[in-house]
Amino acid sequence: MTAEATEAFPVRAADQTSVLAAGKPEKKESSSWLVRSLVLIIAVAWTVPTAGLLISSLRTEASVSSTGWWTVFAHPFEFTQYTLGNYERVLTAEGLFDAFLNSLIVTIPATVIPITLAAFAAYGFAWTKFRGRSFLFAMVVGLLVIPLQMSLVPLLRVYGSLDLVGSFVGVWLAHTGFGLPLAIYLLYNYISQLPKDIFESAYIDGATPFTAFTRLVLPLSFPALASFAIFQFLWVWNDLLVSLVFLGTNPDVAVLTARVSQLIGSRGAAWHLLTAGAFISMVIPLIVFLSLQRFFVRGLLAGSVKG
Amino acid sequence: LSEALEPRAQKKTNLPAVLRDVLIAVGVFILIWLALRLLRSETALAGLGPFVGKLVQALVAVVVGVVGIWALFIVVNSLVEHLPARTTAALRPFVFVLPAIAVVSLYLVFPAVGTIIQSFTEVPEGEGFLYNYIQAFSDPKLQLALRNNAIWLVLAPAGALLIGLTFAALVDRIKREALAKIFIFLPLCISGAGAAVIWRFVYEWRPPGTPQIGVLNAVVTAFGGEPIPWLQEIPTNTLALIVVMIWLQAGFAMVILSAAIKGVPTEMIEAARIDGAGELQTFLRVVIPSIRGSMITVFTTIAIAVLKVFDIVYVTTNGNFDTDVIANRMFNEMFRFRTFGFATALSVILFLAVVPIMVINVRNLRRQGIGT
Repeated sequence: MTAEATEAFPVRAADQTSVLAAGKPEKKESSSWLVRSLVLIIAVAWTVPTAGLLISSLRTEASVSSTGWWTVFAHPFEFTQYTLGNYERVLTAEGLFDAFLNSLIVTIPATVIPITLAAFAAYGFAWTKFRGRSFLFAMVVGLLVIPLQMSLVPLLRVYGSLDLVGSFVGVWLAHTGFGLPLAIYLLYNYISQLPKDIFESAYIDGATPFTAFTRLVLPLSFPALASFAIFQFLWVWNDLLVSLVFLGTNPDVAVLTARVSQLIGSRGAAWHLLTAGAFISMVIPLIVFLSLQRFFVRGLLAGSVKG
Repeated sequence: LSEALEPRAQKKTNLPAVLRDVLIAVGVFILIWLALRLLRSETALAGLGPFVGKLVQALVAVVVGVVGIWALFIVVNSLVEHLPARTTAALRPFVFVLPAIAVVSLYLVFPAVGTIIQSFTEVPEGEGFLYNYIQAFSDPKLQLALRNNAIWLVLAPAGALLIGLTFAALVDRIKREALAKIFIFLPLCISGAGAAVIWRFVYEWRPPGTPQIGVLNAVVTAFGGEPIPWLQEIPTNTLALIVVMIWLQAGFAMVILSAAIKGVPTEMIEAARIDGAGELQTFLRVVIPSIRGSMITVFTTIAIAVLKVFDIVYVTTNGNFDTDVIANRMFNEMFRFRTFGFATALSVILFLAVVPIMVINVRNLRRQGIGT
């Protein structure tokens, strides 16, 4: 991979390695107690809200509503105070298992479709010649400025007349449309930097542009594809607005975020259920985040241009 | 744009192959259409029972979405490749580019134009074309939303920037740097809706005298204070919601600024030290000026996210108790009140607010030699 290609993303210094890893190889002198305690205070403050959620989701209804979750630390290893009952209840009776599957049904195609379209388009813009190429590319990048709210009312009307409201295809395409400008912009930056020679030799060997794309461009662009895929996956999974507008809250199709926000309305005081429900909605992003940190950070840095 | 390359292979029209490809293309379309019908049908999967039926539905949906898009590309490309060489060369770029152009046109270009037009035309009979905008700036509820957005716009990016910068600077000096960073970074992968539940629980209020189950009021009462209804009391509630945004976004600021701090040349810092500058002075006079570009990136990026903030407000207060913001107002105008004229005007206002910040962001990235 060429140096230019890896530098195609914004914020170069951050892009080279895992940003979460310590950067400087030289030894660090032992820091002052002041620095260490400040770090500790901020880290604890940032963790307490989530910890409270997780612990409460494992406690019984009676104890959640009568005592603070921090009281478990009086006897943290007394396992009889913990229960998985809340999870069982929200997954079945409150229908979050279906919502979980709906989230997967929405998110996986809503990640793969835009990334496929964007990779083809980025390749077309970078390595084929046609009239209007620079105009179309400028238009696509310019669309980054448009907040998706600008599209909602007209789209909702069209969807209504085509009976697309509440259909998965409708929401896949909506997420595709909203995600494409960023995807094309990022992938173009990467794909246009691939060395020219590889295409020349492929064509001499009789490859068509299509095979050059699938055999060369896609594998070589893996880092850029992975970064955008993770960015888009998390964006779609965590989205509430688009899914409320185009899918709604009908339990057959509603995604996790929509169901969790509905739970607040119907069971606003049932913290044992709300905490379990919210945690279920966070599990997949947490797994993705912890296992694919490096790509996640790159996607995040790259995504800073989205309007 | 990089120079385009074309393969030089010669070929003639292969009629049987073209016919075959057309048939396959039609077949793929029909298959996708049938599968989509199956997904929407109430009865087709009912025989499988609720659990298995749902799993089958999920599997079919994912396969249709993922395989379908590839099948379409492969078939259309094969069709184009079997046409006469000159036609192929002329059509080929569009096989790659046109699907994406079509989707962004249908989902962004036309609707955005439609929104702008409707914001002027969808007015009550007898009113002027600026009615929605005049209303937006004179209706007290909408004014409130605009005012709140202004408060968010100042405090949320500044707060996230300050915490992110402080943490990035501090963590640069400790040994378990990577571990410490994860704690600040983690909220970034949490949805606005999830964060709203987390913080509603933090802000939970119980009457004085009863045990508090929200951690914040537990702290307040432990110090002898009265429990505060954080999400109901004006203007504390707007600040409480901004804290949620800062909590979500500080990790983003921290990652970018930490990378920028590490990029400051060591010689510059050492030179400052030799000149007798202390730790804090070196940081303020040398490090901060050299990471200015990254700080602008962080601020503008979070500012744009803040202008469009919806889910945090929608799930915590839904704009009640004077906490409304434009994006939430727009959603409610559209969904609850069906006042589409207002909704479109609000989204145009949102767009106009985003543009200048976006311009600053792009110019700043260009100045750093990054971006297109």
